[in-house]
Order: sequence, then structure tokens, then C-alpha cells
Amino acid sequence: MNRYLLPLFGFLVLAGFLAFGLKLDPHEVPSPLIDKPAPAFSAAKLSQPDQRVTLGDLKGKAWVLNVWASWCAPCRDEHPLWVAYAKNSPVPIYGLNYKDKNEAGAAWLRQLGNPYAESLTDPDGRIGIDYGVYGVPETFVIDSQGVVRLKHTGPITPAVLRDEIDPLLKRLSQHG
Amino acid sequence: MVERLITTALAVLLLALSPLHPAAAKEAEAVAADPVLEARVMQLATELRCLVCQNQTIADSHADLAVDLRKQIREQLAQGRSEDQIRDYMTARYGDFVLYKPPFKPTTALLWVGPPLLLAGALIGLFLMLRARQRASPDAFEPDAPDTPEELADGSPARTPR
Repeated sequence: MNRYLLPLFGFLVLAGFLAFGLKLDPHEVPSPLIDKPAPAFSAAKLSQPDQRVTLGDLKGKAWVLNVWASWCAPCRDEHPLWVAYAKNSPVPIYGLNYKDKNEAGAAWLRQLGNPYAESLTDPDGRIGIDYGVYGVPETFVIDSQGVVRLKHTGPITPAVLRDEIDPLLKRLSQHG
Repeated sequence: MVERLITTALAVLLLALSPLHPAAAKEAEAVAADPVLEARVMQLATELRCLVCQNQTIADSHADLAVDLRKQIREQLAQGRSEDQIRDYMTARYGDFVLYKPPFKPTTALLWVGPPLLLAGALIGLFLMLRARQRASPDAFEPDAPDTPEELADGSPARTPR
């Protein structure tokens, strides 16, 4: 009896590990920035390239940083969600136009709607590197103290927005 | 004459389709003028994982991010920062995952200790099994079944076929 049970047991253990592994997404790399101060930056505005916004300017209230680009197809998928969410968002949403041309970025927003309080520009991807961006779109939630509270890599889904981002933003907008 | 025309036409066609055609070529990546510095850049780049194509190093990958990160390494080495400082710079942004040789700490302990533990477990299991077989009485084993006619003719004990 034992000689049949042992391989079966081995198979079940292996199958268990494989089933668990299937559910993991290797592209979801945990960000070392969570619960750490957001990296400082100074970025030109997409709408007015002669004006700059720094991290310090945004302290005092929670905000969302959504990294996007006009060349990025998944950004197009998630964009309507942000456009809809921005209408009732408890906190401002800032865009970071990553490695893009200003004209292309501006045209994209005209065509698809602009959910952003302001879009910042990162033409050479330096700010992206400081934030550990490796797959646009990426979304960060930063609290009023300038601490990174959440990072989502890849396009957000309605479920992620409803179950993770929205509850956090509501909490942050009430308690800072 | 016709033959020559065809050959020329083919050559032109081949050139036009060739990936070396200047219109299709990408702009060459800037490299450090100093070959020693460039060697250090590539050495360090082979230790770092490209997060876009995760099974490649930053040195191997042609992803935009890998090119940017090589540029970062090049600039920082040129500014006199050490390899360790740059490794810290990368892990502060992308986590230990970016290192092909992650440090030993509680979250990576299983990664480092797992394979030797599995090997030791397998060796102990093999040893125990061999010892049990060595000590077992001959009755515990089935006699070998002859499988050739000569062996059968030999008169050695055959297993009754089922």
C-alpha cells in the first residue's frame, strides 16, 4: 500500500506548489518604497512647461501619482477608469508623463480625457527610475506626509480601484 | 546582360530588406570613451536584473529601461561612485529582486538554504533506504524472473506468468 501512496503524496505536494505558483505574478515585484518617503523630484508641467512642480509642493495632502505615456497601450486600457474616478476622487490625481513627447502626451489627454489635476513630465525617465518604475502604467498613493502607501504596477482594474485604492484614498483624505 | 540585371536587382532588394539598412538602424547607444570604465559598467550590469524582461541582465537587455539603467551606472561610475553604492542605489528603487545574487536575510533565507536542504534530505533518504535493504532478509526480495529462452531452459526458478 505504502509504495503506491508515497508517489501519490509526492505528486500532490508538487501539484500544490505548482498550483500556488500559477497564482503568483512574477511581474509584481514588491516595491521597496512602500512606507518610505517618496523620492524628491522637480518636474515641468505638461500644460505649462516653464512651470515646475516639486514633491514639497504636494505635501500636506494625500495624492495619487499615475505614471503614463501616450505610447503605452495598457495606459489606454486603464485611462477611462481614472477619468471616471477623477470626478469624485477624494484626493487629487497627478499624472507623470513618462518618456514621452509633450505634444503626444497633450494630444492623448485631449482625445481620451484628462483626469489629472496636473500632469508632470519626465522626458528622460529619471523620475521614473527614482520611483522604481519598470512597467507603465504604474500607480502610487502618497500620503500627506509624503510617504508612499501603495504601489500598483500595470493597468489598474475596476476591482483594484474599488477594493484597494479607493478605500485607502478615503481613509487618507479623512485622517491625512 | 539580363543575368547581370537580375543579379543587381536582387542585390538592391537584399540591401533594402537588410536590417543593416540605415533607415531601420537604431541610434547607437552612447558608450564611455574610456574602455576601462565601460568594462566596469558592463561588469556591474551583468549582476543586475532587467525588470522589464526578467530573465535577462541589464547588460543583455535592449529594453529602454535597461539602456537607461546602463546610462545611470555609467554616469555614476564616472562621478566616482563605487560599485557597492550603485548596487544600493538600484536596490533602494527596485528591491533585492534586481540583484542576481540577493543578500542573505530572513526573506531570502529559503532561497539560499532550500537547495542544500533538499539535497541533504535526498541523501539521507537514499542512505536510509539502502541500509534498510542491506539489512532485509533475502525473503523480502522477489527472485529475478528469467526473460530469455536460454535462461528458461537453464531450469532456474521462473515466475509463473500472470
